[in-house]
Amino acid sequence: MKLYEMTACEAAAALRKKEVTSQELTESVLERISGVEGIIKGFITILESEKILQEAKKIDKLLAEGKKLSPLAGIPMALKDNICTQGIPTTYASKMLENYRPSYDAHVTEKLKEAGTVLMGKANMDEFAMGSSTERSFFHPTRNPWDISRVPGGSSGGSAALVAADEIFFSLGSDTGGSVRQPASMCGVVGLKPTYGLVSRYGLAALAPSLDQVGPLSKDVRDCAMVLDIIAGHDPRDSTSAKSKDNYVDYLGREVKGFKIGFPKEFFGEGLEEPVKKVIMEALAKSEQLGAEVDEISLPKTPYVLPCYHLVVSAEISSALARYDGVRYGFRAREGDTLSELYRQTRSRGFGSEVKKRIILGTHVLRTEHYDDYYWKALKVRTLIKQDFEKVFRDYDLIATPTSPTTAFKLGAKNDDPQTVHSRDNYTRAANLTGIPAISIPCGFVEGLPVGLQIMGRPFEEGRMLQFCYALEDMLGVKGYKPEISVEGGH
Amino acid sequence: MSFEYEVVIGLETHVELLTESKIFCACPNRFGEAPNTNVCPVCLGLPGSLPIFNENVLKLALEAALALNCTIAHYSKFDRKNYFYPDLPKAYQISQHDRPLARDGYLELVKDGKLIRKVRIERLHLEEDAGKLMHDEAGERSYVDYNRSGVPLIEIVTAPDIHSPEEAHLFLESLRKTLLYTGVSDCKMEEGSLRCDANISLRPAGTKSLGRKVEIKNMNSFRAVQRGLEYEVGRQKEILKAGGTVALETRRWSEEDGATIEMRSKEEDEHDYLFFPEPDLPPLILSEEFIGAVKSKLPELPVDRYFRLMEEQGISPYQAEIITSSREMADFFEETLKIFPQPQTVSNWLLGDVSGLLNSMGKEIDEVAFTPQHFAALLELLAAGTLSGRLAKDVLEESFQSGRHPKEIVQKKGLVQISDEQELLRIVDEVIEDTPNAVNDYFAGNKKAVGFLMGQVMKRTKGQANPQLATKLLQKKLKQLEK
Amino acid sequence: MLDLTEEEKTLYREQIDLILEYSRLFEELELEDVEPTINVWQLKNVLREDRAVSSDSAFLHNVLQEAPDQEEGYFLVPLIID
Repeated sequence: MKLYEMTACEAAAALRKKEVTSQELTESVLERISGVEGIIKGFITILESEKILQEAKKIDKLLAEGKKLSPLAGIPMALKDNICTQGIPTTYASKMLENYRPSYDAHVTEKLKEAGTVLMGKANMDEFAMGSSTERSFFHPTRNPWDISRVPGGSSGGSAALVAADEIFFSLGSDTGGSVRQPASMCGVVGLKPTYGLVSRYGLAALAPSLDQVGPLSKDVRDCAMVLDIIAGHDPRDSTSAKSKDNYVDYLGREVKGFKIGFPKEFFGEGLEEPVKKVIMEALAKSEQLGAEVDEISLPKTPYVLPCYHLVVSAEISSALARYDGVRYGFRAREGDTLSELYRQTRSRGFGSEVKKRIILGTHVLRTEHYDDYYWKALKVRTLIKQDFEKVFRDYDLIATPTSPTTAFKLGAKNDDPQTVHSRDNYTRAANLTGIPAISIPCGFVEGLPVGLQIMGRPFEEGRMLQFCYALEDMLGVKGYKPEISVEGGH
Repeated sequence: MSFEYEVVIGLETHVELLTESKIFCACPNRFGEAPNTNVCPVCLGLPGSLPIFNENVLKLALEAALALNCTIAHYSKFDRKNYFYPDLPKAYQISQHDRPLARDGYLELVKDGKLIRKVRIERLHLEEDAGKLMHDEAGERSYVDYNRSGVPLIEIVTAPDIHSPEEAHLFLESLRKTLLYTGVSDCKMEEGSLRCDANISLRPAGTKSLGRKVEIKNMNSFRAVQRGLEYEVGRQKEILKAGGTVALETRRWSEEDGATIEMRSKEEDEHDYLFFPEPDLPPLILSEEFIGAVKSKLPELPVDRYFRLMEEQGISPYQAEIITSSREMADFFEETLKIFPQPQTVSNWLLGDVSGLLNSMGKEIDEVAFTPQHFAALLELLAAGTLSGRLAKDVLEESFQSGRHPKEIVQKKGLVQISDEQELLRIVDEVIEDTPNAVNDYFAGNKKAVGFLMGQVMKRTKGQANPQLATKLLQKKLKQLEK
Repeated sequence: MLDLTEEEKTLYREQIDLILEYSRLFEELELEDVEPTINVWQLKNVLREDRAVSSDSAFLHNVLQEAPDQEEGYFLVPLIID
């Protein structure tokens, strides 16, 4: 077994036992990157090998000196390119910030630095995290390691593909409507969107601030818990940051007998591909074997999730992205000698099509004459959707659904079909609207492509959620399957 | 047909709050630093930065709102006001739209001892200041400095209750005084810590309808507010007299031209700010107890103090106005009265010599070492006859400069008034003996010679002779000699 | 502050209309007495102590270096005529 094939936890254990060094782990990962990155294209920026190895050696030295470091010290990882890294390009996969180097680190960047993890580079994504295929990156699309003719999902497609391809041990993505879970599902890795407020958003470029959360993508559930342990916790720089966190790894291995799992019938209807459904139902059956009680439930407000999500998100986007105006940082169009021309040219040429569309929609729904009909109503519908979930969580510990109605689709296949683009990640959006934690774990394959099971839990109960997923992961027996990356690809 | 118009003015005032740090970040809230040095990711609007609300801003804004008799909202929230301008780094200003911190207050305007107007305050809300722009016309570029970006502001909006430019001036003076009393702002219009825009219209006297409103901006001093509005009253009157209609527009006061100049029409100005609730900041939910606690710590406000001092101390409206012009002055007055309870004397000296000295030194009463204790001691020495009026002025000046206690100055310099009759008689005799010419002049009928002789007496006593007693003794002696 | 091509306008209108059409679904719901959800956990009064901290000079330097146009510590834009 190659070093890069290990999970983060296995690598960390080997480090502690002095079987390997961080330098060796890093070299192994660099070798893997040089082997497959040309095909996968999961990075936007890869740091210089010398600098990365320097970091690794520094950690080795500290470990040799017996310094008490976090469990993930010395482990190579990557960050989605909308997470600020001081002095390291953070492009948001946009022409607008093609050459932007932030002057400060995001909270999660700081946390992972403090923990001694080794940053390899910045992961590809859909421009400004808008999209579900990573094809909307200004730079290049990323390919799905399971089939390079297919997309990795999105918007955190780079973060997911890099983990699936063993180019890194874990990564961080961001999730506003499923952007961690959907690519995790399509790439066969674990992806968690924590409870809103559990992980500080400081230094994450806002898409829709009332929904955005940073979350880990990892090779298994244990790694996910380990990363969450590092990045969760109060940050006074984020007014929506929660006061406390749990110790997530502690939950792993505990008994899950008696857990009550609901599967909402609204998530198993039209649009869900039959083979995917079959895999999900099998996973639910395995849950019962673990001693969990599995019942069909109803979330009657599900049909309203999609319009509610789009109205809230686009309104927030139009405001969050207004600051990219060519004055303080990023792209400035050379044409235009008046201020108004500077703004128009910069924004029209710096933003891609999807971004512009959402900005236009957002400004439309926020106009005084439309506000009450669209945005304000959407906020009220959001309350009803939240009450829907609260009601279910009075009786059930967890809700299980497919993460995505389909497996990974072909590159270029569905991009301009608004109907499918908009309904595709409909299963993931409710968790963002309601703030609850949600995770996608690999639960099987359809024609060689991974299928993800989404588990949603009560607010701030990531611990119990991970406890269940850890047990189920073991029962499913999917873990450890690796894609064979080949130039031919295709199924 | 006569043209009698009533002037209707409403004011929108922005006041910077006196905090250590900015409203949503820890950058220092300081004026006059090198460009773009008091900035951080938050007030520069860098991607990923988030606001965190300064608790002192809440406290100061509540004090201001309560001092303006507002009702405090138990629930208020922040909203984004979206528009593009280079001084606005996020391209939205965090402000308060439909749920402001406070509403429905008033400010009382007083003049000559009477309440002349109660100006209603429609709302008071929190917001962040924008950066500053400078224009280089020759170089065809504008320069942006974000030091001011994120400085805490309150915006105070009045009802259209002001009916003349003088009243607008008086409102601003009263507002300034009230805010200075509560200590929430330094209210310096020249430095921009108090800024004021006005809406002004004219309507036929006696009617209730509102005329067509013109907004006036760029009035950067109290005088400019009055002059700008006076100009505008004249301009609008002429239009109406000629049978025209006033255009709905925004105009700019130009100090150089002494006129208001059209900036843009209201139609152009009908910008939709796309307000929506700020998702990055939770709302403010304030309990009655919390509001009560802030209220209980408010100082007595200038209008109340003005009326109380007139009533309790019997001082004139003019005296009360000067004394209550600042909280420090009024405190000084009342502290002095606690030791030396003669309001007229204290008031006369305070408005006269004390104010004179302060003016010549360019200082405020709380910036000098002279204390109410010093002041009271001085007035006691004067009342006891220990010091003459002239000596008292010297001692006052000395105490102002050195901060030493008047009694100490008097003792050190031996500056005690000579009221001893025997002692004074001896000196009078000496003077008469030494200046026979003056005495002869007096006998020859030149009564003015007495002045010269008195001068000699004062000179020989280094000014310490009790002047009344010395004059009496001198005249008595001369009359004796004449006989 | 966006200039759109005719092609973009047509494409966006289609897609935007679709989403607005979706929101017609809300008409089925009784929303009169429903409180809006602005932040999911009903947080309130999140306050910071009033303490000033200055940014270090490296930060100030780097920030200006990122500006498309800057001079003598200022960010530059085309002349604004009021």
